[in-house]
Amino acid sequence: MTIQEIIQPKNNVYGKTPVLTDTVMHYCPGCSHGTVHKLIAEVIDEMGIQDRTIGISPVGCAVFAYNYLHIDWQQAAHGRAPALATATKRLNPDKYVFTYQGDGDLASIGTAEIMHACNRGENIVVVFINNAIYGMTGGQMAPTTLIGQVTSTTPYGRTVELNGYPLRITELLAQLEGTCYVTRQSVHTPVAVRKAKRAIRKAFENSALKKGTSFVEVVGTCNSGWKQTPVEANNWMVEYMFPAYPPGDLKDR
Amino acid sequence: MALKGAIVVDTTKCKGCSVCAVNCPTQVIALSKEVNAKGYPFAFMQIPGACTGCTNCATVCPDSCITVYRVKV
Amino acid sequence: MAEKVLKKGNEVIALAAIRCGCDGYFGYPITPQSEVMETLMEEKPWETTGMVVLQAESETSSINMLYGGASCGKKVMTSSSSPGLSLMCEGLSYLAGAELPCLVVNVVRGGPGLGTIQPAQSDYFQATKGGGHGDYHLIVLAPSSVQEMNDFVELAFELAFKYRNPAMILADGIVGQMMEKVELSPQKPRWTDAEIQQISGSWATTGKTADRAMHVITSLALDAAVAERFNEKLIQKYNEIREKEVRFETIKCDDADYLLVAYGAMARICQETVEMARAAGLKVGLLRPVTLFPFPSAELQRLAPSLKGILSVELSAGQMVEDIRLAVEGRTPVKHYGRLGGMVPDPGQALEALKQLFSI
Repeated sequence: MTIQEIIQPKNNVYGKTPVLTDTVMHYCPGCSHGTVHKLIAEVIDEMGIQDRTIGISPVGCAVFAYNYLHIDWQQAAHGRAPALATATKRLNPDKYVFTYQGDGDLASIGTAEIMHACNRGENIVVVFINNAIYGMTGGQMAPTTLIGQVTSTTPYGRTVELNGYPLRITELLAQLEGTCYVTRQSVHTPVAVRKAKRAIRKAFENSALKKGTSFVEVVGTCNSGWKQTPVEANNWMVEYMFPAYPPGDLKDR
Repeated sequence: MALKGAIVVDTTKCKGCSVCAVNCPTQVIALSKEVNAKGYPFAFMQIPGACTGCTNCATVCPDSCITVYRVKV
Repeated sequence: MAEKVLKKGNEVIALAAIRCGCDGYFGYPITPQSEVMETLMEEKPWETTGMVVLQAESETSSINMLYGGASCGKKVMTSSSSPGLSLMCEGLSYLAGAELPCLVVNVVRGGPGLGTIQPAQSDYFQATKGGGHGDYHLIVLAPSSVQEMNDFVELAFELAFKYRNPAMILADGIVGQMMEKVELSPQKPRWTDAEIQQISGSWATTGKTADRAMHVITSLALDAAVAERFNEKLIQKYNEIREKEVRFETIKCDDADYLLVAYGAMARICQETVEMARAAGLKVGLLRPVTLFPFPSAELQRLAPSLKGILSVELSAGQMVEDIRLAVEGRTPVKHYGRLGGMVPDPGQALEALKQLFSI
């Protein structure tokens, strides 16, 4: 059987979901954002909720998320996405509302908004990308930056004396009564990607069941910010990020 | 029964991150020597006969530029 | 038969919101306007009209909730007082940049900083010149009675949606706290989904259906040429507002030698000043701007040549006076009289100031 005989529409087993636009993503090669965008798009496609989903994009690398998913979008001020999502969901209870936020947006400038949205148990989905660095502004320290990690604002490595500790915000949010599902995932291997997709699907399903806030952290890479190749970055993430941010469910009720 | 697969890479969108290549269980994929309009090398089937159509490459592809085909033979 | 009740200005804002079919109120307590949210919570409009009322964690969050709600084409509002408005300035800039309609009520208290809880008009610059970053304006209405606290809620929403721009009711602690007889507006239903489609269907994030392209609400325009074109579009909009939406009231201006200009509660006080001046044989009139943006510059320009002087009377160190000077372009001397920090002048003090400043 020739390659041409295999490459027939009837044999297609995996391709780009139509919920993703054809726009080439601005992300760096190997960036986790693209993979997570795809998973959200696939979940929206599979649940058949494209016409009922409203996404809230953050400030940071994912500010342009609205260019990549064929849904209605609101682009929030830095850190404020959970406030937008709160009103959007309360005024439109039949819609699926999700925020997509990075570690600077969610865990630094937007801590008040995420804490209180989760504490109120807003029936929204929060997708939190933690790559321990500010990507868009050029690789500065994030609240989740590891001790010793070199960034452009910790050129000699993050120290506890100067910068305090890596913020495990997901653990904090899991403590809140308002969250129903808090999980930490990654997208560096096929197995991890499939698990992360199941988590995102569950989060979207929860929001329709009015169980409270579903929070999906994805530990990701920023190979440009980390100054590594995409493959090196994935390995570095497993070796150094996972001990600080271990994957798995923190809460599921 | 064996599975035979093949991939089609959208070479205009591929950024040559090679995450697909390292996740291919049968080492089918390599990066091209030539580059696309953006200056990136792109993924291609170096050993096409070994592809099983497992979809691992497309699953981890951040740019959704791999389409996978599979037949049972 | 219209309903007449004796109410506080702040309470009336809440009742008017429910009655005009507002979809959502998001706010944070601050003196002297906390009665707005308190009244809403007592009224429980979610059980009648379906209006959402939510106490947010901060003013920052409140204004961003407006961004979310307004993005969906809903009628949303918040209220606060001066320090809270400072926190909202970031959000207001984004709302203006994303061309979102909403209503923000500022029941002004004295500043700067935590200042005082007493009434003031020292947020005029913040309200009329933008407040946040970038070239933008709010549509600013200044009520001088509890009746106008009722009437301007619906008017503000109407203007906000007409121009896709945030509107503000710039009240002060006096109008917010005082009780007057007021005729409440009749109850209107909230907009249906079909009405929202009709009014805002071309841009609102109501869910991307197969028959239309995706809607994106954003204020981001990285390309300089695109950003310039967008800003030019905003300027055109503001010019149209300047042309069509100026509102003001004049009292005894026709034969006036001297003109008082005052808005809000201060205009009520100055009405009495006009009476006192006339009784003493002085030809004094009053111009009360109802819209602060757009400012009644053309009317001032028209009146200026026949006037011996204009006195801006404000509960501030002199903010509106700058717009008056810009309007009359030196044709008439313009002076300012103001009390600060929550102190309010009586009509006689304003008259004394007029006499002294113009050596009458």
